[in-house]
This record gives sequence, structure tokens and C-alpha cells, in this order.
Amino acid sequence: MQLALEVGQTATPEAVMFWILGPLSVVAALGMLLVKKAVHSAILMAFVMVVLAIFYIAQDAVFLGIVQVVVYTGAVMMLFLFILMLVGVDTSDSLTETISGLRPIAITAAIGFGGLMVALLGRATLGRDAVGLSAANANGNVEGIAFALFSTYVFPFEVVSALLITAAMGAMVLAHSQRITARPTQRQLSINRFRGKSLGTAAGLPGPGVYARHNAVDVPALLPDGTPAPSSVNASLEARGDMLDYKSFDLAEVNTQIEEEK
Amino acid sequence: MDASNYLYISALLFTIGAVGVVVRRNAIVVFMCIELMLNAANLSLVTFSRINGNLDGQVMAFFTMVVAACEVVVGLAIIVAIYRSRRSASVDDASLLKR
Repeated sequence: MQLALEVGQTATPEAVMFWILGPLSVVAALGMLLVKKAVHSAILMAFVMVVLAIFYIAQDAVFLGIVQVVVYTGAVMMLFLFILMLVGVDTSDSLTETISGLRPIAITAAIGFGGLMVALLGRATLGRDAVGLSAANANGNVEGIAFALFSTYVFPFEVVSALLITAAMGAMVLAHSQRITARPTQRQLSINRFRGKSLGTAAGLPGPGVYARHNAVDVPALLPDGTPAPSSVNASLEARGDMLDYKSFDLAEVNTQIEEEK
Repeated sequence: MDASNYLYISALLFTIGAVGVVVRRNAIVVFMCIELMLNAANLSLVTFSRINGNLDGQVMAFFTMVVAACEVVVGLAIIVAIYRSRRSASVDDASLLKR
């Protein structure tokens, strides 16, 4: 904390930190818009949040910096990644425009809005030097915030706690799903398997992998006649495009390779 | 270093988040962009707290974080509920009111 306070008060180290991390955070935020996969967006978002935490600590907001790391990069981003896993990796985002002309309009509006904000904020301080928080943080940043929170802001604080409980209840209600059909018994499952359209899956689906060559889950198994069985690979691996080509593991291909080597 | 540099970064991040909300189609990415906008607002609150030399801005940023956490919890639950019924996390597919 002593170090952080020093960084906040001396000009040059903070400027170096700012001019390295500031552009990096903007680039990462832009990357969030441009990358295709939602997981990559989430990682870039986590980076931006860590950079913001460093900015908070550099500006004498030590408590908020730690809370930012714990709440945002710890809890919120984990929740995002958890939902990404739940919703599935096969729902990749298409970057094509669905509303024609949306993108140029959005970018024009953003340049206008951003320019307006930057111009306004440049005026907001009127070139006045920052007062700094060394007086407000005299007893320590945590103590200062605690004093404000439990004296001036005690009513909003209580209201916010009610909001948190309501949000937790709401999430439970929204995420709850009721089973509307009876759970199939083992007898029914067995009947479905043998009286279904084909007996092909009666003994279960084939396992993935070409034994003795490449026994991994991303290669489809070869049937006795040498053709691949795509049903042996997990559907989400296939949707993600991670299924390997079976060709290099095909028996006929291997035979010709061996003969060429001879 | 002038503290208002942080305000410029905050304005840029807010603008980028706003573009993301409009341009991206995946509901989860849209949601992350909203989070980015909230974080940008927090950065400017912390910076103003430093410029003015009192801790009220930091308390406001703290409240913003709590509200953002609530919003994430409810929003992600809504996304999961929509995904369950429509098998899609794209904001274009949830357009029942339009038809």
C-alpha cells in the first residue's frame, strides 16, 4: 500500500505506467469488438478489468482496486465463462451485419460521441491540478471509505443489500426449470434402444480414436470397412471445428505410405 | 501527469463499449460490453474523487460495482433462460414481439 501511495504521488512513474497500460487497455477493448469467439472477448475483458484495477490503485483508491480484482476478474468474469460453457461453444457469433448499414452508423455515432465526451471532459477539470487524496486517506483508504459508507451513505448501503438479495432470488427463479415429462425409466430406455429405427446404436455409440495410430477423442473411429464414423466424436467438438481429419489415419493411406517409403 | 488523462481513457472505453452493444450479436458479448461501460464510468468516478480530494466518488464507484454484480447475475440468468427455450444466444433471434 505504501508503494501504491507513492506511485500515486510521484508524477513520473505514474505517467510511465499510464502510457503503457492506457493504450493497451484501449487496444484490448477494441479487440473485444473484433474477435470472433466469445471466450476471447471474455479474456480481453478480464485484461481491461485488471488494468482498471491498477489504475484505481495508482489513484489512491486501494480498496476499490482490490475489490475490482476480487469482484470483476474473480467473480463476474468466472460467471461469464461459466455461462459461456453452459450456453455452448457451438454458438459462435457471426460478424456479418444483420441490419444493413448498422455498422457505419454505429461507428460514426461512436466517433461523434467519443469526440464530444473527450472535449467535455477536457473542459471539466479546467486545467486545475488534482487535489489528491492524501488528506482524505490520512487514516487509510479503507477506513475513509468505511466512514463514508456507514455514516453518510448508510441508507443507500442497506438498500443495496436488499437489491443483492432480490437479484439472487430473481436469478434462482429465472434459472429454475421444471421437468414437464416423467423421467424415462431404465426399462423404457432399453425398449427405445432396441425397438427404435435401427439397431445400429443398440450396443452404444462407437468410441472415438483410431486404435494403434491416434487414440484421441478428436479423431473419428474407423469402421471395419475403413470408413470413418463421425457419430463417434462428441457433437460439440465437431461443431467447434476441432474434429481431426481421419484421412491420415486411414488404413489404405497408411499402406500406400509404407509402400512409398520402401 | 494530468489526472484528466484517466478521464479520456474512460471516455474511450465507454464509447467502445457502446459500439459493442450496438454491433455485436452474441448476447454474452453484448453483456460484457455493458460491463465495460460500467467500468469506464467507475474509472471516471475514481478520477474525479482524486481531482476533488474527497472519497465520495469512490463510494459511488463501490455502489456501481454492487449494482453491476446484481445486473450480471440477473442478466446471465435471463440469457440462460432464453437459451433454454430458443437454443440460441443471439440477440437477433429473440424477436417475438416484432412478429
